[in-house]
Amino acid sequence: MVHGTFALLKPQARNPATRIALLAAPWLALLLLWYGVRISGLINPSLVPAPHAVFLKFIALAQDRLALDIWMSTRRVVVGVFLGVLAAVPVGFAIGWYRGVHTFLDPLINFFRALPPIALIPLVIVYFGIGEAAKTAILFYASFFAGVIVMVEGIGQISPIYVQVSRTLGANDAEIFAKVIVPLAVPHILTAVRVALGVAWATLVASELIAAQQGLGALIQNASSFFQLDIIYVGIICIGLIALAMDLALRAATRRLVAWQDRIA
Amino acid sequence: MTPVPALDTQPMVALPSFPVRLRLESVHVDFPAANGPMRVVDGIDLDIRQGEFVSIIGPSGCGKTTLLNIVAGFVKPSSGRALLDDAPIEGPGPDRGVIFQEYGVFPWLTVRGNIEFGLRLAAARVSGAQRTEIVDRYMALMGLADFADHHPKHLSGGMRQRLALARAYAVKPEFLLMDEPFGALDAQTRTAMQDLLLQVLATEGKTVMLITHSVDEAIYLSSRIVVVTARPARVRTIIDVPFGYPRDEAVHEDPRFALLRAHIRGLVMKEYEAQARQAAAAAD
Repeated sequence: MVHGTFALLKPQARNPATRIALLAAPWLALLLLWYGVRISGLINPSLVPAPHAVFLKFIALAQDRLALDIWMSTRRVVVGVFLGVLAAVPVGFAIGWYRGVHTFLDPLINFFRALPPIALIPLVIVYFGIGEAAKTAILFYASFFAGVIVMVEGIGQISPIYVQVSRTLGANDAEIFAKVIVPLAVPHILTAVRVALGVAWATLVASELIAAQQGLGALIQNASSFFQLDIIYVGIICIGLIALAMDLALRAATRRLVAWQDRIA
Repeated sequence: MTPVPALDTQPMVALPSFPVRLRLESVHVDFPAANGPMRVVDGIDLDIRQGEFVSIIGPSGCGKTTLLNIVAGFVKPSSGRALLDDAPIEGPGPDRGVIFQEYGVFPWLTVRGNIEFGLRLAAARVSGAQRTEIVDRYMALMGLADFADHHPKHLSGGMRQRLALARAYAVKPEFLLMDEPFGALDAQTRTAMQDLLLQVLATEGKTVMLITHSVDEAIYLSSRIVVVTARPARVRTIIDVPFGYPRDEAVHEDPRFALLRAHIRGLVMKEYEAQARQAAAAAD
């Protein structure tokens, strides 16, 4: 991806060995830093579990509850983001495309978007209890508003020239929507999903910290009650890796779906 | 119509016998502005006959594009009438192909997808075999055949312009409305595009309205040149171009070309001066 945002960066090294080394280097540095902090004694070593100890804990947990935790958390995020973006696409489109709707709804959207989803958790517990419905509601809320903003901005950037051109070629309103607006909206939908996923992971863990038996947030919360630092680290690293994997998958999908764009996420 | 001084003006085709297709009758356009409506077009009368190539030339920002938008159907006159075959223009349609300054090729479609876009619409749907035939013909004509499956991001400016032209031609418009279509191209590509346009028009005639601020381009391509004033746009004068079609670059060497250019340049420069005076007056 030499084009687009990173056009000013030098072309990537072609040699695969060099590329792997470059990709691995920051992770190795992080690992070394971790050991370094532990060995240096700047922080009481009993408060910093060793990386290999955390890894061993990961193996042990993997044979116990970890798979279920990962499954529960991932499922909640995927369902919440799916429903949230599903609703955000038409609403964001309407706000971004129709000036009247924009004037009418934009202040409302900005009001709700400014509220951190975590702040609503107590209310959600009152209305939805502490079951799956509550988590879905919170994740829906978080993904919806994150997605709506991205869609509004994206749709607002669509140049009216494509609509004008298609009219001069004889397109009617339905054809303009299906053949011009929809393809132009796809990249923005994908961005909305990416942003919503980021917000959803952050929100999910918060909601699981408060009330859940399963899930990575619950794992961390339980471990903290017993001061099991190694388990807390396992939970944190799992969240980071799953979020990273999802983002990479989505970026790969974006590259395939909107290869026509000059600028790729 | 002001005759060009010291020029032996001979119309290139027997136009007066051809029917008037487009007619602007005392067209006024006002745009809303901060301090009341702003007059952009101020009483334009213009007839365009079947097969004519009419260029509209004037200072930038004078309202030329608004004239084209009226004919295209994007803008309604505030008063006066814009008629297409004696019927008021109600909106854009596939009978009037528009070539925009910024091309407007669809970036998400390939070259082939762009050209066949209009042929897949309900308004002009043709069979698959016909579509392939039409698309292949225009790709060959515009020199795009090797790029059929490329997206526009891989095309140069000149190629995008040719693609826009091919896409407009594919739906067989009777009129071609072009808004400074070659303005963004480098000099060489621009000349090549002008030649290509003349060549295509020689095989498939259209009635053309071209907005330009290049005097050379207007003379080289048109049968008539309408010089419009600084905003609000009025018809300053209409000039017949004394060269016939088919035309090639040899007309640049014709002594009448230089005379005509000097004459039109003088008119256009006066309008630029008027525009500068207006701006100075507005600043006071």
